Amino acid sequence: MQISEAWLRELVNPAITTEQLVEQLTMAGLEVDSVEPAAADFTGVVVGEVISMEQHSNADKLKVCQVAVGEAEPIQIVCGANNVRIGLKIPAALVGAVLPGNFKIKKSKLRGELSLGMLCSEKELGLAADADGLMELLEDAPVGTDIREYFSLDDKIIELDLTPNRADCLSIEGVAREVAVLNKMDWTAVEVAPVEITHDDLINVSVEDTESCPRYLGRLIKNVNPNAQTPLWMQESLRRSGLRSLGPIVDVTNYVLLELGQPLHAFDAEKLTDSISVRISKKGEELALLNDQTIKLDGEALVIADEKQALALAGVMGGQATSVTDKTKDIFLECAFFTPIAIAGKARNFGLHTDSSHRFERGVDFSLQERAIERATQLIVEITDGSVGPITEVTTTESLPARNAVKLRQARIEKVLGISMENAEVTKIFAGLGMQVEVTDEGWDITPPACRFDIAIEADLLEEIGRIYGYNNLPNSSLLMRSELGKAEEAILPIARAEDLLVDRGFQEAITYSFVDEDIQQTIAPDDEFIRLQNPISSELSIMRTTLWCGLLNAALYNIKRQQTRVRLFETGLRFMNENKQMVQQKMLSGLVLGNVNEEQWSNKSRKVDFFDLKGDLEALFSLTDCEAQFKTVKHPALHPGQSAEIVNSEGQKIGLIGMLHPTIEKKLGFETPVFLFEVLQEMVFKKAIPKFEVLSKFPSVRRDMALLVEEKVTVADIINNILAVKEVFIKDVQVFDIYRGEGVEEGYKSVALSLILQDSTQTLTDSVIDAIFNKVLEVLGNNINAKLRD
Amino acid sequence: MSANLEEILSQGMQALAESTDLTQLDQVRVSYLGKKGAFTLQMKELGKLDPDQRRAVGQVINKAKGEFQQKLEQTKIAMQQAALDKRLASESVDVTLPGRGQSIAGLHPVTITLRRISKIFASVGFSVVEGPEIEDDYHNFEALNIPAHHPARAMHDTFYFDPHTVLRTHTSPVQIRTMEANKPPLKVIAPGRVYRCDSDVTHTPMFHQVEGFLVDSDVSFADLKGVIYEFLRAFFEKDIQVRFRPSYFPFTEPSAEVDIECVMCDGEGCRVCGHTGWLEVMGCGMIHPEVFKSVNINSDDFTGFAFGMGVERLAMLRYGINDLRMFFENDLKFLEQFN
Repeated sequence: MQISEAWLRELVNPAITTEQLVEQLTMAGLEVDSVEPAAADFTGVVVGEVISMEQHSNADKLKVCQVAVGEAEPIQIVCGANNVRIGLKIPAALVGAVLPGNFKIKKSKLRGELSLGMLCSEKELGLAADADGLMELLEDAPVGTDIREYFSLDDKIIELDLTPNRADCLSIEGVAREVAVLNKMDWTAVEVAPVEITHDDLINVSVEDTESCPRYLGRLIKNVNPNAQTPLWMQESLRRSGLRSLGPIVDVTNYVLLELGQPLHAFDAEKLTDSISVRISKKGEELALLNDQTIKLDGEALVIADEKQALALAGVMGGQATSVTDKTKDIFLECAFFTPIAIAGKARNFGLHTDSSHRFERGVDFSLQERAIERATQLIVEITDGSVGPITEVTTTESLPARNAVKLRQARIEKVLGISMENAEVTKIFAGLGMQVEVTDEGWDITPPACRFDIAIEADLLEEIGRIYGYNNLPNSSLLMRSELGKAEEAILPIARAEDLLVDRGFQEAITYSFVDEDIQQTIAPDDEFIRLQNPISSELSIMRTTLWCGLLNAALYNIKRQQTRVRLFETGLRFMNENKQMVQQKMLSGLVLGNVNEEQWSNKSRKVDFFDLKGDLEALFSLTDCEAQFKTVKHPALHPGQSAEIVNSEGQKIGLIGMLHPTIEKKLGFETPVFLFEVLQEMVFKKAIPKFEVLSKFPSVRRDMALLVEEKVTVADIINNILAVKEVFIKDVQVFDIYRGEGVEEGYKSVALSLILQDSTQTLTDSVIDAIFNKVLEVLGNNINAKLRD
Repeated sequence: MSANLEEILSQGMQALAESTDLTQLDQVRVSYLGKKGAFTLQMKELGKLDPDQRRAVGQVINKAKGEFQQKLEQTKIAMQQAALDKRLASESVDVTLPGRGQSIAGLHPVTITLRRISKIFASVGFSVVEGPEIEDDYHNFEALNIPAHHPARAMHDTFYFDPHTVLRTHTSPVQIRTMEANKPPLKVIAPGRVYRCDSDVTHTPMFHQVEGFLVDSDVSFADLKGVIYEFLRAFFEKDIQVRFRPSYFPFTEPSAEVDIECVMCDGEGCRVCGHTGWLEVMGCGMIHPEVFKSVNINSDDFTGFAFGMGVERLAMLRYGINDLRMFFENDLKFLEQFN
């Protein structure tokens, strides 16, 4: 909300500067977003009156005027405006004046005629973006008065960013009340006296939904002057609050909205058919609104209607059919209280947001309607004459919001705010905020005023005390912190350790969006059931990822387009699966590599990264945990069928995937180099066994090598698993040290060279024991996977 | 010294001087000091002399032999030194050439910032808790005192899956989940991704927050102020000014926004702080009794405070990053600046 400082100071005028006022408002929770001058800078412009005027002898379009400017003699000013005429009062810039844009007025000669100043338009004074002639001042404007003083232009426009709980400050009066309390002074409410009734005509009002509309006031004002103009002071007030002048009737309703916080609406009475009713809309009913939008009502929104049709969306916006125009003679003025719940969300449902809906959905003072309609009537009569009829009021008292006393315990002030406060001070604060205060044994019973919708519990009252006392004046306690000792969990690998390992192995951490493009998701994981957002921000971010690969691949492409040829990325985060209609969220750790295995180097030949480089990184990760990962060949739609593996743990549960991006997808996505990917489920992997000490063997270990001939389809894992399955306690380790194909090895076979490390902790192993183990292993391998010892 | 001996010594010295390597030198040694070497033969001749001459002549020979040996030793050392020098010279490298091996990368600035925040709070006993990102309406809104149609819902541009399921708009649901599962006293921070349906220069549809809360039998607003104040000073490693402004959040009462003195201009006023000298960095307040009610904690017995901060915002201020969107573009040129 935007307010004029001068307008505010009419109601409360503390002896503080604008800067102090702004600071005070911000620190009281009415955040000031900006402070702008109400008008551009200019000096030396006064109210002038054209006394006489002659045609310029040398120029058709110029007039030579004698202008009274409050000095002994009128001064001569040459003017070219087409609305200049004798008797006109205008802003006159005198010699020495400086207009906006640092435009200096000097004594000059125009085609031979002396000109001692300039008659100004609104544009020239920076008061309007455009003008088509001189600014015409009212007839009673006092000649010689400085224009800045006359229009009170030395004003500031203060923009407030109010939180939704402070609807009471959505008016000049509301802010004035607040400023008064903060400065411990009184404020002056706008004086409103009932206007004299001059006719008896009524329009009947029936309220069908009294829950939504507990109070409705209406009044017929007849014979308003359609040619009346909104006075300049009101136009200026509206302008400084960011509203355009739209004719006197609408201007008055807007003015009262700003001044008191009460939205009003004026109907053209001649366009109404019989009586007014406040009812729930009928489903499918249409309503053409003032903003040229026609809405189809939903059977839920509250409307103002006559016998024939819906006329206005209650509390939000009026309709075209009954709008006030420059031909309107009779108006029906509406001033109602709609409950917040009746209006909340309604405007948004139709894509609307108005000053009226903004206030009603947050809560308008429900005791204000009579005062507001009288104030509006008074202003309308002042400006447009008009004859005033009696007020029709429909109030359902039991539907008005309750204002119950809220208990405030003295002891809670210290407990919650950490300060002790004099009882009298507490009473004074709440009284100043318009609350009824009753002293009780424990503290106070405090009843909020009708304008406050945010005081329901004790904590709300404590906030008021804190606010007015000043949050910054409240103490800072040094850490009380009843400390308990921290945990040092050992059975779970901290994610930070895994991240650090990858970082140290050259992986840069990425963070990508959790929602992705459906195309890439379908390309990478066509078999996954994904979850779709109902209201995505764009189609590229419309579904929840089932794998972090989508984001990593995009990030890699982004970098390749920026001349990167080597990319190593990892990311941690959730994947979102739709499993049997359940939304499953699992923590993942994923990575991507492409390009050279190491950065280009002067002494090493460059080599592209391959499957085993990435597998090595993963094995390093697994070695931080006690996860006994097994890699099994797998067919995955995104991966190269010959270079992809599913990772399973010792219980056979899937814990991850690793592989080369399928060449077709590689090409489709626009990569020109192989891409390798991995992902693991954090919860399955990041487990650590707490180490258990074993006695060190004093006896030497023995290494026995064997070269095995096996069929190609036999994997190294098959061989090692078979050896370990022998469950020979002396076998401490099995290591593969060579794979050979070629001369001496039959086509379709390969030679796998491996070593067995044998050791006993109680004695030195003898050759006969070693041979027995060796032969037993060979026998098992021969039986199970048809492996033979190579000669 | 006999002429003969003199001759031998002079020739020997000559031979030593003419040797060019250790092999030659050894040959010279053998031919003078070996079993049949010139000096050895001289010594053998001694036997033929009178015993009373033997001593004097022997001394002369030994002196000449000693002279030769000394020279031999010197020559040998000089040659060894020269050989070593040569080898060392041939083995020297340009030490300014880069070393080999995998280069080290780094963490994302959001992670770096999250880790620092966690570390500061963990040092005073806060534990780190995580929660789901797909949340139900109850935990994201209702239990936090934001019923349907509450104007505060308009402040959250929410992503929906269905009318009851959303992407969490803040990390505050973790507060509810923690209090549902645990009894006070509680000291928790909850970092994580949050989502708002908003995207422009200063908004990304996903960002990170850290929610923190403390519930105990005697917690006041002053404690909240103290904790926040000390946290911000620890985070920025600077004695910055901090101010608390009343604000509104449905789940806290009283509520406050926290401003710090602009770290870009030291509070002088600049573009970043909108010439106010202040930067809004977090929201906080005393946990609302309605929130306590929804998790069955009696607000007469317990009080608590909660705070929430935007991680990207803090990272931007800490590192001077001027464009929020860079956080999720994952440009290596950007990310590597934090390695």
